[in-house]
Amino acid sequence: MALEIIESCVNCFACAPLCPNQAIYEAKPHFLIDADKCTECLGDFADAQCVAICPIEGAILDELGTEMNPPGSLTGIPPERWAAAQAEIAAR
Amino acid sequence: MDLPVIESPSPKAGGCSAGSCGSTADQMGGMSDAIRAKVQDHPCYSEDAHHYFARMHVAVAPACNIQCHYCNRKYDCANESRPGVVSELLTPDQAVKKTLAVAATIPQMTVLGIAGPGDPLANPERTFETFRQLAAKAPDIKLCVSTNGLSLPQHVEELSKHNIDHVTITINCVDPDVGAKIYPWIFWNNKRIHGREAAAILIAQQQKGLEMLTAKGILVKVNSVLIPGVNDEHLKEVSKIVKAKGAFLHNVMPLIAEAEHGTFYGVMGQRSPRPAELKALQDACEGDMNMMRHCRQCRADAVGLLGEDRGDEFTLDKIEAMEIDYEAAMAVRAELRAKVTAELEAKRAKAHAPAAPQVVQFMPRATKALREFPEGRTALAPVGRRVLMAVAAKGGLVAVHFGHAKEFLVYEASAEGAKFVGHRKAEQYCAGDETCGDGESVLDKTIKALVDCEVVLCSKIGYEPWGSLEAAGIQPNGEHALEPIEEAVMAVWQEMLAAGKLDAPPVAAKRA
Repeated sequence: MALEIIESCVNCFACAPLCPNQAIYEAKPHFLIDADKCTECLGDFADAQCVAICPIEGAILDELGTEMNPPGSLTGIPPERWAAAQAEIAAR
Repeated sequence: MDLPVIESPSPKAGGCSAGSCGSTADQMGGMSDAIRAKVQDHPCYSEDAHHYFARMHVAVAPACNIQCHYCNRKYDCANESRPGVVSELLTPDQAVKKTLAVAATIPQMTVLGIAGPGDPLANPERTFETFRQLAAKAPDIKLCVSTNGLSLPQHVEELSKHNIDHVTITINCVDPDVGAKIYPWIFWNNKRIHGREAAAILIAQQQKGLEMLTAKGILVKVNSVLIPGVNDEHLKEVSKIVKAKGAFLHNVMPLIAEAEHGTFYGVMGQRSPRPAELKALQDACEGDMNMMRHCRQCRADAVGLLGEDRGDEFTLDKIEAMEIDYEAAMAVRAELRAKVTAELEAKRAKAHAPAAPQVVQFMPRATKALREFPEGRTALAPVGRRVLMAVAAKGGLVAVHFGHAKEFLVYEASAEGAKFVGHRKAEQYCAGDETCGDGESVLDKTIKALVDCEVVLCSKIGYEPWGSLEAAGIQPNGEHALEPIEEAVMAVWQEMLAAGKLDAPPVAAKRA
């Protein structure tokens, strides 16, 4: 059982110092989680710490590929509103 | 410092009310001598100093512990200038190297700040390592830090150890119900907390941090983002409270919200305040608090004089190639600083000298009124109404061609003198017509930004913009090129007064 950081990570460093297992490390092009060390914070914290501070929706997945912070959950922007704004900008 | 006129304003001082004559006296009027001495060469805290002194921010603090609805950490656009945006994240070692390089190249550099791109106190190791090294290697540079306040109380002790005598806290609200509309979440005690509960914790931490800092004698400036319909009225209360707790300066800044920034406010269509709304709120808060009006809302990696970013000259690869003799640079800087400080003191003394000639000569009626009603000036309506004028300025002078101005300083002229009340961008944040593509020319946008001004002062102006400005009810004026701003503004105001233009209200169209 381990979490995974994917390419939408913006390299903000917030997660790395919080990890109780030192499983998160700086890498190019973005931070990564050592799957052998990650425990999803079980036994240490109620919530996975990287998931609890990450500012980017969808940047951390669980083993099943589920987004731990799904679209809209952090920004409060409804996904359909986001899509409409992006389409409007692209059409300019 | 001997400035008796500021401390005890006298109506006999030739019609120059010390509390509102000239931007500097106005902004700093409520400050003690000790505070004024501390901020007189700080471009972000002293309106006067920002014409002469430069600052830089080093982007060493990427992590953040809260989310604000006006921020999106994903985007870095080189054409954009707004807080939270950087091009190149630095390690503390790189930041120190960059600071020494900039200080050696730009002798006006007096201040090094850490302002992000995240929250400096959410990155305490990187932030304090940078301060530690700079305190040792560049002792003549002032250090300051800007924070959202969540982690402030636990770091006050360490801040005071690093000779950091200026801290800025962004406080947008003191009411959790207002805060819930600004902050979607915070990270607190190993949990992500949402909504009103999050805002309540953040507010409590900010207020506690503010009290702890002022108790230690550390200067605190409060930044607030004006968000129409969310915290506009509320900021008046914020201003009162932070002043009561000892903040020395309040900086109310307009919300920047564009859909392309990907922020909640941008995408959801929250509008930014109009310049007149910002000014009205700043005016309303001013009775209680020293207000800052010259903030340029710079990037977390800004370099140079306010509004003139030189960050491109100091990228990591360019710094590597520079040879720096810091000892020599420090001597040059000390000399320049002494010279400018003397100039500023002379200017201040002149502005408040008894019987300031420009006022007495041109304003017999106002002077007479003041003599007859020395205690109750409100008993008589002031002679000549207030007029807003935009100035294309550089270095404190009317010195920029209208078409080359990236921004205009706005002054309010009245019988009491010329008062700096804000600045307006001449261009939008993006590159211009082609990329923004909404059919509005740069000139149209500039005119819109200056809509409440009656005069625009510049060194020169072309035929076409002259006509467009006149048509919009804004009188261009190129007759005061290279004159000090306040003198030029007052000269134009006196001309308008003499011509009888100040008895009537401004042109009807200007009110619309």
